[in-house]
Amino acid sequence: MKAGRYGVYGGQYVPETLMSALIELEETYGRVSADPEFSRQLGWYLREYAGRETPLTYCTNLSQELGCRVYLKREDLLHGGAHKLNNTLGQALMAKFMGKRRLIAETGAGQHGVATAIAGAALGLPVDVYMGEVDTRRQALNVFRMELLGARVIPVASGTRTLKDAINAAMRDWVTNLRETHYLLGSCVGPHPFPRIVRDFQSVIGEETKRQILEREGRLPDTVVACVGGGSNAIGIFYPFVNDDVGLVGVEAGGEGLETPRHGASLSAGSVGVFQGALSYLLQDDDGQALPTHSIAAGLDHPSVGPEHAMLKDAGRVRYEAVTDAEALTAFRRLSRTEGIIPALESAHAVAYALRAADGLDKDGILVVNLSGRGDKDVADVATIHGGAA
Amino acid sequence: MSRISRLFTRKCPGFIGFTVAGDPDAGTALRVVRTMIDAGLDLLEIAVPYADPVADGPVIERAHTRALEAGTTPDDVFTLVRQVREYAPDLPVVLFTYYNIIHRRGPERFFVDAAAAGADGVLIVDLPIEESGEVAEVARRHGIDRIMLIAPTTSPERRRAILREASGFVYLISLEGVTGERDRLAPDIAGLVGAVREDTYLPLAVGFGISRPEHVRAVAAAGADGVIVGSALVRIVEEHLGDEAGLHEALRTVIGAMRCVLAPGREPDIPGRESVEG
Repeated sequence: MKAGRYGVYGGQYVPETLMSALIELEETYGRVSADPEFSRQLGWYLREYAGRETPLTYCTNLSQELGCRVYLKREDLLHGGAHKLNNTLGQALMAKFMGKRRLIAETGAGQHGVATAIAGAALGLPVDVYMGEVDTRRQALNVFRMELLGARVIPVASGTRTLKDAINAAMRDWVTNLRETHYLLGSCVGPHPFPRIVRDFQSVIGEETKRQILEREGRLPDTVVACVGGGSNAIGIFYPFVNDDVGLVGVEAGGEGLETPRHGASLSAGSVGVFQGALSYLLQDDDGQALPTHSIAAGLDHPSVGPEHAMLKDAGRVRYEAVTDAEALTAFRRLSRTEGIIPALESAHAVAYALRAADGLDKDGILVVNLSGRGDKDVADVATIHGGAA
Repeated sequence: MSRISRLFTRKCPGFIGFTVAGDPDAGTALRVVRTMIDAGLDLLEIAVPYADPVADGPVIERAHTRALEAGTTPDDVFTLVRQVREYAPDLPVVLFTYYNIIHRRGPERFFVDAAAAGADGVLIVDLPIEESGEVAEVARRHGIDRIMLIAPTTSPERRRAILREASGFVYLISLEGVTGERDRLAPDIAGLVGAVREDTYLPLAVGFGISRPEHVRAVAAAGADGVIVGSALVRIVEEHLGDEAGLHEALRTVIGAMRCVLAPGREPDIPGRESVEG
């Protein structure tokens, strides 16, 4: 396979101005990933600062209700409240090894922005975060958290004023300031080498899960489920299982239903296209323009997906399913009540699919759900949707 | 000899103007283009409206948005190219596009349509040499020049690889950043032009950030064969939405002021020239 390609997907579809930065990034990543000092420092930050490893929690109540063995990989317990920190600590440390003096990032739900702000504060790098104006309103708490952590949040008022426009704005900043700035991309999307870098930094989730489930059950799970927006938590937990006999399911934002235009399911309902630097599946019109998307979970509200997922879909290695806003909300409440764990709305999509999938498993069947983030950020939104009633 | 080659056989540098097709609507866009041509344009770049133009600054991005909101499709862009071809049969026309437009249509169909409409060249802003194999072959087959970008950050080895693929002319990006007007030009344009000149016989046109007559003069003095002005012209369209008479007058004034710097013998008497700003 050609470098930077996942099957036919991936590549580097960027203006010439950015190519030198991508070439530098690829060289640096090759160097640091073989550098024991980098691994030592990253290991320290993940363990002592971020709180790895995260638990693999057996859900006693849910397992009883569903009639199979359900585990949650608890990325919600990582410092910052989501899996995002695995990647931001890795990339921020890499930026330091590259001699960069500033980090920029884009964020949808705000979790990646918060995680970048945390990593920047921890490693002494100033952080500017681009965020769609719509998202700054629906994720006001995370805006405040980023500012508290010393980051500057820059609202983006162009286009649909959501994540894709924030990514465009961050790319423009990077083109302009690439000598001193590292663009800390938050998901396994974008031009090579970002999808690989993000996958590698997130693979810690799957590696731990594999070790933990073998210790607890003496065998691998039947099914691993994760939500997919850009797809970083999913590729992080899937990757170490790709060559094993384990069912892998990615759950996309079905929004108001795939039969409507209001969803974010690029793998389930999109077509092949180039978007923000990579060839992958894309929600687009007949002329090649990205379509507006919708999800109750801001982190899944994106028209494209990481190119490695596109390859895994075509190969039939991962099954991609869509869950509606309504199903995600039901799962959000059900996990909160049965296990005392409030999931992020993004993660609630994976939980919702698990509730469905459990039907096909017997009582010894093992289901692992990647709980990619905690739901504190969504509580106010959900309260509004439910008219204040829990 | 192609229309692009013929342009660059002249003694003075060419003035290249940029517009977004369908901005703010098809009818106005056609009239804008005619005014630009009448004001002394030597080559016209027509952008295909795209929802996520990451290489462009805010002025041009807003033009893309206006054009898309007016319903402009790639077919409408080809219609505009045909209309330009009828109005100015000898004027070279280059399409400026993002790759997914071509990918979605299919490269073969895109270049068939571009050639039939009368386009002379295509510049695909987000298709670096690493990804351009198929497109290069199709473009060659349809006799359309591939205008390639070279940035100040492009290494000499990479530059030579790009130049092997380029035809028509080379688009030198004057600065690190996106399109848009700047107060000052990048300091070493002469150095960039000189370095690239050593590697190619192709004409060199400089773009990004050029918005004032003094910028045009500086780029010409740096030895460029062409000067590309985009945001400064697009901004005039934006500032005159709903005032079409004022729009055409302003375009004539600004293009005239910049154009006469390149061909002093043709200096027109344009009122308000001194007040032209970037």
